[in-house]
Amino acid sequence: MADTIDIRPGFADPVAASQKVFRAVLDAMSRPGRIGTIDETIEPPAPLSVGAASLLLALADHDTPLWLAPEIRTPATAAFLRFHCGSPLTDDPGEAAFAVATGDSLPALDGFSVGDDAWPETSTTVIVQLDELTEGSGLTLTGPGIATEHRLAVTGLRDGVWPEWTANGALFPRGIDLVLVADRRIAALPRTTAVRTED
Amino acid sequence: MSTVIPHPTASTATEATQARIEGYNFAYLDEQTKRMIRRAILKAVAVPGYQVPFGSREMPLPYGWGTGGIQVTAAVIGPDDTLKVIDQGADDTTNAVNIRRFFAKTAGVATTDRTVDASIIQTRHRIPETPLTEDQILVYQVPIPEPLRQLEPRESETRKMHALEEYGVMHVSLYEDIAKFGRITRSYNYPVRVNGRYVMAPSPIPKFDNPKMDRMPALQLFGAGREKRIYAVPPYTEVKSLDFEDHPFEVETWEENCALCGAGDSYLDEVIVDDQGTKMYVCSDSDYCRERREAGHVGDGGPNSGGPQ
Ligand SMILES: [Zn+2]
Repeated sequence: MADTIDIRPGFADPVAASQKVFRAVLDAMSRPGRIGTIDETIEPPAPLSVGAASLLLALADHDTPLWLAPEIRTPATAAFLRFHCGSPLTDDPGEAAFAVATGDSLPALDGFSVGDDAWPETSTTVIVQLDELTEGSGLTLTGPGIATEHRLAVTGLRDGVWPEWTANGALFPRGIDLVLVADRRIAALPRTTAVRTED
Repeated sequence: MSTVIPHPTASTATEATQARIEGYNFAYLDEQTKRMIRRAILKAVAVPGYQVPFGSREMPLPYGWGTGGIQVTAAVIGPDDTLKVIDQGADDTTNAVNIRRFFAKTAGVATTDRTVDASIIQTRHRIPETPLTEDQILVYQVPIPEPLRQLEPRESETRKMHALEEYGVMHVSLYEDIAKFGRITRSYNYPVRVNGRYVMAPSPIPKFDNPKMDRMPALQLFGAGREKRIYAVPPYTEVKSLDFEDHPFEVETWEENCALCGAGDSYLDEVIVDDQGTKMYVCSDSDYCRERREAGHVGDGGPNSGGPQ
């Protein structure tokens, strides 16, 4: 008898939930560094967070190859995402439309797809699971979507990401976009956001 | 060196779903279509002013009736939203009424004529005079998304020009206007540059409205149905009308004020009021005009009205 994996349920009301989650991430992407909340009640398999799982349930499907970092790609998470999203799982972050990684082991940003100058929308949207996200202190963000500056503190992100982020910004219009997730809290950094760390 | 490659998802992007006759999906579109449009909108926000291709669906309204804007609104709208739809500044044209009814019927959302009460405003040809806020999204209906199209008919070429930031041809065209007429004659769909990078068509709004796009607190989304493009201007993003040092961009001005509300700061439409061809000028934004009149502002009533009521 084959092993079976117990697949956790997705959204109870997918139409309503997808719209709400999309608006949360649209708001986050439009106002980089502002923190939004995912209110949906789902219990995705660990270590997938409610925020990351909700984003994928709302946005991913068979047209969006998905890359999961090794620590996140378990039989249970793979089965959950295949079943609910239908996304093909890829081993190459460079061909992923969406990627999910943990902040402390986030791969080098230049390993993801940055798209093409003629088709910059084909870059990877990287969902990064963090321990904590707080507004009002920490990083200083400027760029489109931000009136003057936003402050955002992130906990659980490996060293060296921000110089890579600056290099990513220099590729514009190419470049990855980041969605930062801490449990139910989300913030986004589109490629246009400039990040200054405290010296 | 950048080469233009075929769009990777082009093969899945053209099929049309069947219009549903009995029973609607929420906001009409099926979930897969909404997901695709939502992904396009997110990338459009991430690359301000760049036109993201999407697989436009057949809508129960003909092209020219705002199918691009409708699809964007359908992908964004939720049951808690309040929708306002304007056409040339007015809420009561057939086009605006039809679109409002469409969403009232398929999404069950509240609708309003009042700019300040709307969370989503879908528009054709105007930006409301009342300044928009962070809590609002402005959705433009766009007939021709490509600002370079008149100068270069080939999509492969305009895509390359955007990729390489080669906008000389646009400046030459505007300068030819100046050489011929002493000024830039274009008064609608006046091209802008977004965040110092992409040249973008603001849709056929009067150039009077261009300055409102600059650093607007509201998110601005643009949908072109026939040409299957979505683009965006994030909040607080620089939108600069193209011009020249010796010929700076200028908006239309009027000698007159609005005959109904006395506004001297709004875009005015010329209205013929009798068989003798007598003209008067009134606000194109009917909600703005009404709000001003409700607040007690009075115009001179036009030439033949005998003054304020
Ligand atoms: Zn008026």
